[in-house]
Amino acid sequence: MTRATHRSAEEIGRTEFGPRPLPSLAEPRSGHEPATMDTVLDNGLRVIVARHGAVPMVELRMRIPFAGQDRMHPARAEVLAETLLTGTQRRSRVQMDTDLAAVGGDLHATVDPERLSIGGDALADGMSTLLDVLGDALTGAVYADDELAGERDRLVERIAVARSQPRMIAREELQKHRYGDHPFAREVPEAGDVGRVTAEEVRALHRQAVVPRGATLVLVGDIDPERAVDEIARSLSGWRSEASAYEMPALPTVQGGDVRLVHRDGAVQSQLRLSAQGLTRTDPRYPALQIANLAFGGYFSSRLVENIREDKGYTYGAHSAFEFTPGNGSILVDADTASEVTAAALLETRYELGRLGLVPPTESEVESARQYAIGGLLTSTSSQSGLASMLATLATSGLGQEWLTAHPDRLRAVTAEEVAEAAWFWAPTAFTGVIVGDAEKLSGPLRALGGVTVA
Amino acid sequence: MVEPQLHRVTLANGLRVVLAPDSERGSSAQGGPPVVGVSVHYDVGFRSEPEGRTGFAHLFEHLMFQGSESLEKLEHFRHVQGSGGIFNGSTHQDYTDYFQVLPSNALERALFLEADRMRAPKITEENLRNQVDVVKEEIRLNVLNRPYGGFPWILLPPVLYSTFANAHNGYGDFTDLEQATVDDCAAFFDTFYAPGNAVLTIAGDIDVDHAIELVQKHFGDVPARPVTARPSFAEPFPSRELRDQHTDPHAPLPAIALGYRLPDPVSELDTYLANVVLAAVLSDGDASRLQQRMVYQDSLVVDVHAGAGLMGAPLDARDPDTFTVTAIHTPEVGSDRVVGAIDEELERIAADGPSADELARVTARWSAGLYREHDRLTSRTLDLGSAELIHGRAELISELPGRVQEITAQDVAAAAKALRPDARAVLEIEPASEENSDGGAV
Repeated sequence: MTRATHRSAEEIGRTEFGPRPLPSLAEPRSGHEPATMDTVLDNGLRVIVARHGAVPMVELRMRIPFAGQDRMHPARAEVLAETLLTGTQRRSRVQMDTDLAAVGGDLHATVDPERLSIGGDALADGMSTLLDVLGDALTGAVYADDELAGERDRLVERIAVARSQPRMIAREELQKHRYGDHPFAREVPEAGDVGRVTAEEVRALHRQAVVPRGATLVLVGDIDPERAVDEIARSLSGWRSEASAYEMPALPTVQGGDVRLVHRDGAVQSQLRLSAQGLTRTDPRYPALQIANLAFGGYFSSRLVENIREDKGYTYGAHSAFEFTPGNGSILVDADTASEVTAAALLETRYELGRLGLVPPTESEVESARQYAIGGLLTSTSSQSGLASMLATLATSGLGQEWLTAHPDRLRAVTAEEVAEAAWFWAPTAFTGVIVGDAEKLSGPLRALGGVTVA
Repeated sequence: MVEPQLHRVTLANGLRVVLAPDSERGSSAQGGPPVVGVSVHYDVGFRSEPEGRTGFAHLFEHLMFQGSESLEKLEHFRHVQGSGGIFNGSTHQDYTDYFQVLPSNALERALFLEADRMRAPKITEENLRNQVDVVKEEIRLNVLNRPYGGFPWILLPPVLYSTFANAHNGYGDFTDLEQATVDDCAAFFDTFYAPGNAVLTIAGDIDVDHAIELVQKHFGDVPARPVTARPSFAEPFPSRELRDQHTDPHAPLPAIALGYRLPDPVSELDTYLANVVLAAVLSDGDASRLQQRMVYQDSLVVDVHAGAGLMGAPLDARDPDTFTVTAIHTPEVGSDRVVGAIDEELERIAADGPSADELARVTARWSAGLYREHDRLTSRTLDLGSAELIHGRAELISELPGRVQEITAQDVAAAAKALRPDARAVLEIEPASEENSDGGAV
């Protein structure tokens, strides 16, 4: 390395003046609440509209509960999502894209075991076009044979690409391990099933399940809420059904137990994925659980990250997060680690799980997590897209803007005792999970460590 | 919409400061969210790292979070997050950025944290070894253990470029990372992290005068140090088509990347922007040329993408910069057919240019995309900072929609014509074996 004249690291790290005190925080300024309308149209669709932000855009999020018990449902649903926006009686695929592009717009659809999600955006003065294209697809999607055949073939290839991603493999293994045969575990369809899906099946599924009753539409942007609701009612007036959208059946409780080792050929790193039962957002204990989660591994300044990344260098990132489904909530803990240190990382993770209950978060840990949770709501909802996604997510639990507005106060009210109580949700015995990696390197140390099923 | 009014000051030590208060972003922003963004862009990226030290700029970025004269290891994170904020840093070809987005009552704290590590970061052997391990995990996660890892940003440059600066792996080889010393860090800091080599950006819920006072208070006594003139990384365009192959042990399907040289983003900005429009005409949306032809009509590829900028975004680097086209295809469709179809579409645009409709579509989507991007305070702060650093004009980010609107069909045709098959790189990715396509999970 070139050696220009430079100071030593010791010289760089100190000044004549010496260490300086950390400035205190100024008085917080409270923002103003966005003007919001939250209503149900006569076709059963819940509509939430908020005026927010400083850019001339509008963000759209639609969520239609879209569960199904049939073994073929994931494949049909996936093909439906891929072809929903590929043409209607009024518009070809290219025309849909062209009309949206003219207003700087975009629409896309995705599906998971719980719901069909349609997301999009456009310039605010193009809101009518955005809603018109959406309404057109909801009421008039044709699922033309050739578009469907093309998407079906591409899906088979894309599924292969997706299934080669380590995180996808780990997710599928964790879902099977936690929930067995429950439809929630079938997030990505089998390629073979996709290949058998017919256009008629997809049209039938659309008629049965792409329905307004039980679904939610969120619009956020530089728009007038009352006018927007009228416009939505007009654009979607032809979208009707007597049926209600299909909610997923209740999930079984996550039971603690052994972690299962899953072999992946050629892996140089392992995916560690643990899970335990959590709570719903509406549970009175949820704010305390949220703070306990942050203190454990829910943000960078947490015990897990400070231990396995910043102290030991076992991982680039470790996380602890909640997953919410209607009427349920679970805890997910993840880290990716080199094969050589995987067993050590599991040991340290279990140590931190045990320590959270036995040595509960201190006042300063609680305070830091509390401020982060409150600040996080502010920053994540300061953009139109952030607020739209947040409102859409909350709506799936039946919650709205008023819940969001009141949440900082709920977080402020949490005591250290309540956090200590909540910490027991992270008891090591409450967790189960999977490790995906090179079994040849992992099985010895993991077997020695115990609590791991090694095939 | 009223564009934000920018304010600037340069401190005596050379630190350039850009301020973009919300209060001037238009009437609907009055009483906007009480959130502030603070970023520092240093004028050094992985192109400037020394030979034999690949990945050093990025490794050093990690070390800037590991404590300073006033803060023990871990305290930086705790103070940002414990104030309700988020943070991160990232290393690019020509710059390294650090940012915080926090409730606006934490502005002074954010400035203190950035100033303290600009003045006196604490670089220790223990932290260096720890972060070498963390960075190796980052590389395993994003490159070595993942299908298409580093494609194309690590794999394409060594085919297209010939100098160390432009061609090497910016994430770094494990051997180079392991050999990095504390003294290398000291030399790197003193060479590149002077206040005169940085831009501080503050955006969001701020009062300009008060913010400038706080900047003076915390950054004013960071001592000035000499700034070395940045060398030119220019190199000649290829004089023939350059080809290479790479075997990917995890990829289920073959892939291909084409790399072309772009015009100088700074001195030939409008010509560069014509390439940005060309990329959108080629692959943005279902109605775009390559999607229509290669995905829907001929079913040649699973996925295709064209873009200006090696790291996935335009205007992120100085000259030389790269135009890329990437595609994942099935083994039955050979790479020649994929390249052939791209060439034909480029020739068509070179001959006839895009239609008025295509241009209008791209322009509207581009403007909307920028509005949307800059509605997020993190992106707005970072883009203001990088535009100030690379172009000397943070204003550029609000001028872009207008400038893109003025790009003509002839400009786009000329851009397509300049992407010559005899002056490009072609990189083929081959799966290691057929068996990978079942995902390998048993």
